[in-house]
Amino acid sequence: MHAVLTLLIVLPLAAALCCLRLPPAAARLVTAASGAASFGLVLALVPAAAHGDISYLRLLRVDALSTVFLLATGFLYAAVAVYSLGYLSGRPGSRPAARFSRRFWVGLNLFAWAMLAAPMMSNLALLWVAIEVTTVVSALLVAIEGTDGAAEAAWKYVLLASAGLGLALLATIFAYYAGAQILGQSYDLGFTQLLAAAPRLHHTVIELAFVLAVLGFGTKMGLVPVHTWLPDAHSEAPTPVSALLSGSLLAISFYAILRYYQVAAATLGSAFPRDVLLAFGVASLLLAGLYLFGQRDIKRLLAYSSVEHMGILAIGVSFGAPAALAGVLLHVLAHAAAKGNAFMGAGVLVRKTGTKRIAGIRGGLDLLPWSGPMFLIAIFALGAMPPFGLFRSEFEIVAGGLGSGSYAAAAFLIIAVTVAFFGLAASVTGMLLRPAARQPEQPGRGEPSAWMVLPVVAGVLVLLLLGLHPPAELTELFGRAVALLGGRPA
Amino acid sequence: MTAIIATAVAAPSALSGGANVIAVGVLLAEFGMFRQALLRDQVRLYAAQSALLSALAIVVAATRHLPELYALAGLSFALKVVIVPLVLRRLLRGIGAIGGDPRWGDIAGSHALSVASAVLVAIGMAAFGFFTVAALGLRSPVLPDTALSISVAVILVAFVLMIVRRDVVSQAIGFLSLENGVALTALVVAAGLPLILEIAFLFDLLVAVVVFGLLIRVHHGRAESMSTADLTSLRG
Repeated sequence: MHAVLTLLIVLPLAAALCCLRLPPAAARLVTAASGAASFGLVLALVPAAAHGDISYLRLLRVDALSTVFLLATGFLYAAVAVYSLGYLSGRPGSRPAARFSRRFWVGLNLFAWAMLAAPMMSNLALLWVAIEVTTVVSALLVAIEGTDGAAEAAWKYVLLASAGLGLALLATIFAYYAGAQILGQSYDLGFTQLLAAAPRLHHTVIELAFVLAVLGFGTKMGLVPVHTWLPDAHSEAPTPVSALLSGSLLAISFYAILRYYQVAAATLGSAFPRDVLLAFGVASLLLAGLYLFGQRDIKRLLAYSSVEHMGILAIGVSFGAPAALAGVLLHVLAHAAAKGNAFMGAGVLVRKTGTKRIAGIRGGLDLLPWSGPMFLIAIFALGAMPPFGLFRSEFEIVAGGLGSGSYAAAAFLIIAVTVAFFGLAASVTGMLLRPAARQPEQPGRGEPSAWMVLPVVAGVLVLLLLGLHPPAELTELFGRAVALLGGRPA
Repeated sequence: MTAIIATAVAAPSALSGGANVIAVGVLLAEFGMFRQALLRDQVRLYAAQSALLSALAIVVAATRHLPELYALAGLSFALKVVIVPLVLRRLLRGIGAIGGDPRWGDIAGSHALSVASAVLVAIGMAAFGFFTVAALGLRSPVLPDTALSISVAVILVAFVLMIVRRDVVSQAIGFLSLENGVALTALVVAAGLPLILEIAFLFDLLVAVVVFGLLIRVHHGRAESMSTADLTSLRG
């Protein structure tokens, strides 16, 4: 397994370095191969991680919890790498294509590398470093289109996310202070060390560290009220980057919060950290659900849907029951697949109709024989319709909430999710079903590229698999991860 | 009882005395940034603030016998006092803010508040941070707790600075001084942090500065100015 870990952390970086030198035609193949291989490596980790922790060189450490997030990132990396083959080849615009695509491929691989590295770090400080690297790389990717909107979004993103991560660094430092008081100078912020010492840590310091971590990493995760960069960055980035931002980057930041949650729950008991997450989760779900109404830009619409789902994750953890925690982990995977699909489908719609304005997109189902229905499926999946994975995950979260006696929060969750679904569906059905106005330059029926359909089909299959019959290995993995998070087996 | 009184009135140790003095210096430098209208003066003040941090690292190294911190002081000096200001000045020169027409560029954009109001807000935030942290009662023999309170005040003032500033360079410098505040906290409460992690943080800062620089250049190229007043197209 050590070889798998090493390969997983070396491969995307090597791909990025290759893309620096290779011509674009080769770079795209290298990226697609690296994406597929990384996903394969993560899959190979699953059975081992379901039975025990794997650590290597005191630097890398993978347990069941990190494997869940590696799965989400690995899958989207592969999907987006394939999607980008089609996305870049038919790109409209007059910018120098070779330079743009070299930057794009290098950036995409580096971004995926940093996101895969973050959950593998054995140490809270290196976790922070990896997440900061994801910020700077993805900020450059947001700016890559070179439009006014992209420059504005990238600036807001890098400034707000860096300031948020400044608070997260403060959380890291307080976590060190708390641990060093017990463990002495040999302590290096290693996660297992800290967790083992957790019952003896100073309570106030850990409370402070946890709140700062939620606020700091929550900025990157998109929790209201520190989500303000998110709709801008998601709407202005190239579509493959938007899919990665929404499906994996937000999840990776959530992973960092979960690590602090583990320590805080072991030190303080779970009541305090759960209350903090509940407050942020309710604010995110409520505000994002309302913002979904009246959006004018298709990618901003999906971005607010991401904020909504991050709120669901935070509320799910706040329930604390094993069923809810298992639901949260399933939700991470299903949201990655569904939101990746939604962004990739939106990218095809935008490519076909030449506009991001919701009012300007018409007749998607007529124009796109594959992507149209797939986009509709993705939206239904995001709205937690059966038989897709998000239905199962939200069902488990609500059941866990009702089981643990959080009736008000569970009722709020159901209502807010329904409201959000109406907001999403109202815009999307217009784009897909309302017939296109007859125009002379109307684009004909057909897909822009088969590469942009293939990963979406894979995403639908994953959603069906997660919804209908999650594999036994995955259930085992969730069980172990739930135990790590402090949910006792039911 | 007498023991408590004795510790309460005893002269501060070399560590906490030195740390407190330097922390006050860092806070004053942070306040000084409010009144710097010229971008190059902001960069200079940032360098001075960073130099104070390196001095604090040496004080902590000497009094707590942590030889690793000498190396950190040297590295931090090289990066934050020499390299980052150099990168920023080159950037400013590259976009014509220094050395070009003196009427353009070098003068920072207007504040969202007048300087006096901004400083009042900042004093309020600093006092809030100072007294809140003091009330948390984090005490330990090796912890200069006044310096900890001041470092949190520095961070809050840096947030005010970033919020009221209206041009990209000043906002970036505001972020860098926020990072200085965090570094001050780290020296005060986490002096024993392994050197390799500190190096990782510093390297990360360097990457962030380069990316900030690239994006400032992109912004300047698009907007022909450094003001953020026109960054209003993305809303809702």
